[in-house]
Amino acid sequence: MSAAATTPAAGPRKAGGTADRSRTAAFLPGLLRGLPMLPSLVLLLVFLAGPIGYCVYYAFTDMQLTGTAGTHFVGLHNFSKAFGDSDFVNSVELTLLFVVGSAVVGQNTVGLALAVLMEKASRPVRSVTSGVVIAAWVLPEVVAGYLMYAFFYQQGSLNAILRFLHLPQQDWLYTLPILAVCIANVWRGTAFSMLVYSAALGEVPRELVEAAEVDGAGPWQRLWRVTLPVIRRSILTNLMLITPQTLSVFGLIYTMTRGGPGDKTETLPIFMYQEAFNDSLIGYGTAIALVLLVVGALFSVVYIRLLRVEEN
Amino acid sequence: MAVTDSPHLARTRRTRRASSLPAAGTPGRSRRGRARAARAGVNVLLLLFSVLYLVPLAWMLLASVNAHATFKISVPSPTGANFRHVLNYGTTYRPMLNGLLLCGVGTLVCVVCSILAAYPLSRFRSRLRRPFLYTILFSTGLPITAVMIPVYSMFVQVNLIDSMPAATLFLAASALPFGIWLMKNFMDGVPVVLEEAARIDGANTMQVLWRIVLPLMWPGVTVVTVFTFISMWGNFFVPFILLLSPEKLPASVSVFTFLSAHDQTQYGQLSAFSILYSIPVVMLYLLLARRLGSGFALGGALKG
Repeated sequence: MSAAATTPAAGPRKAGGTADRSRTAAFLPGLLRGLPMLPSLVLLLVFLAGPIGYCVYYAFTDMQLTGTAGTHFVGLHNFSKAFGDSDFVNSVELTLLFVVGSAVVGQNTVGLALAVLMEKASRPVRSVTSGVVIAAWVLPEVVAGYLMYAFFYQQGSLNAILRFLHLPQQDWLYTLPILAVCIANVWRGTAFSMLVYSAALGEVPRELVEAAEVDGAGPWQRLWRVTLPVIRRSILTNLMLITPQTLSVFGLIYTMTRGGPGDKTETLPIFMYQEAFNDSLIGYGTAIALVLLVVGALFSVVYIRLLRVEEN
Repeated sequence: MAVTDSPHLARTRRTRRASSLPAAGTPGRSRRGRARAARAGVNVLLLLFSVLYLVPLAWMLLASVNAHATFKISVPSPTGANFRHVLNYGTTYRPMLNGLLLCGVGTLVCVVCSILAAYPLSRFRSRLRRPFLYTILFSTGLPITAVMIPVYSMFVQVNLIDSMPAATLFLAASALPFGIWLMKNFMDGVPVVLEEAARIDGANTMQVLWRIVLPLMWPGVTVVTVFTFISMWGNFFVPFILLLSPEKLPASVSVFTFLSAHDQTQYGQLSAFSILYSIPVVMLYLLLARRLGSGFALGGALKG
């Protein structure tokens, strides 16, 4: 608040005053105008850029949590160790499975399907559905994890429902734990995609859809050839936001399974945490964190490039 | 699937355009009848889906008033014992207050900073603007969890572990990229013309921002505030890593320790505590949805 009161930034018109202004004279008001950004810049530099730089440096050291021997530069050792470590490879595979299964396919498709269906449903049904889905989203991560644990537990609700329907039951958290955490993440996160797509569908020009209908396009064709191309920017934005959210899911999985049984749900965040804190290998944990950051950064760059291509 | 017809039929009905065309397919049934059947199908499908979605939530509500709760859904004779048991300073009030302090101050810092940063980004042209916006967009795509280990080692070195102010600032910073981006998009929607009038009357940038722009974008500010608070309130990993003392832990971590400590027995109490812990964010969301309409402007601001 105090920063706001003490930054008398120059107005936008002052810069273009005299015709032969020197570069510094133009530079200074430009700097003053940017001054309100200072608090954010400081916070971002100290708490995000700082740790990322730190991460890049310490990923190449053998830092330990309790180590008194000092920290040494070990080059690529952590990475060669990681890629030769079957636990690491396992957790990379699980992470990809989790991100693609629960976000790119799960949340994204279910969210879109819900948004499309809700447009066609009657009003009360629409409010009920969106209310229930959003309730699961608003719940804190740990609570959602606890509820999903109870749901998939052997004596839990899912098996009760399956028994009622005379379908085969199993101990989900032991036989198919990764499927259980994927479904849990879809249950918890779909609301976000649903909201994004509901807003996007509301802006699809009705004439366009009607014109396609007059030309004899069926509902699937209208969806594939008209609606989806029109909302493609929203699809990209949505994917761009849910992918990193899913990559960084920790609490949900940790509450449900703690990465277990064995290492069957040990995605990268959990593996990183175990290595850094349970095994006290901060350097190794940091190297894994760097891999996670790079994976996130790659997704981010791809989506931003796609968005930029769209703009031109 | 029940996606066999369009809701737009209902709308075109008024113009009678669609019904006069030969593309209607099945001649036996009227298109209006088919539209009604499709809508009924969609309704049934969505209701079934909602019931399935509701099962875990229903289990929590029932277990919280059940003295002998198990993982099986059962309708108990209601008791308030579980709530009475957890409603004390150490179990409920202190973690909730800690959470309120962490997330309330964190949200305030994040929202004020993102308003300040969004204004130049939305209004002034500069060579640095595009690269900065792309950096912001890029950092919304970084998995925050990955930063936690380096943040932990950094905080250890400067002795900030177990410091609530430091944890609060970190929470604020991690929410900033998304906050700035949303806020900038909302601010772009406020017309510049009004500001120009105020400028002519001699108002400076800060006066324009607080007196002209902000009052016109309260819905946007509310959305960012509530959204930031909800995600901070639910955040488990950050306080789990950065805070150690039990008396500083927010509810997100204490519900977890509760979970591990009472593993095999107290599901009723756990459910009761989970409900208490979830109430603030559910209330906030309901308030927001009521004031801004469902689907609240979030989606609109996300278009990019």
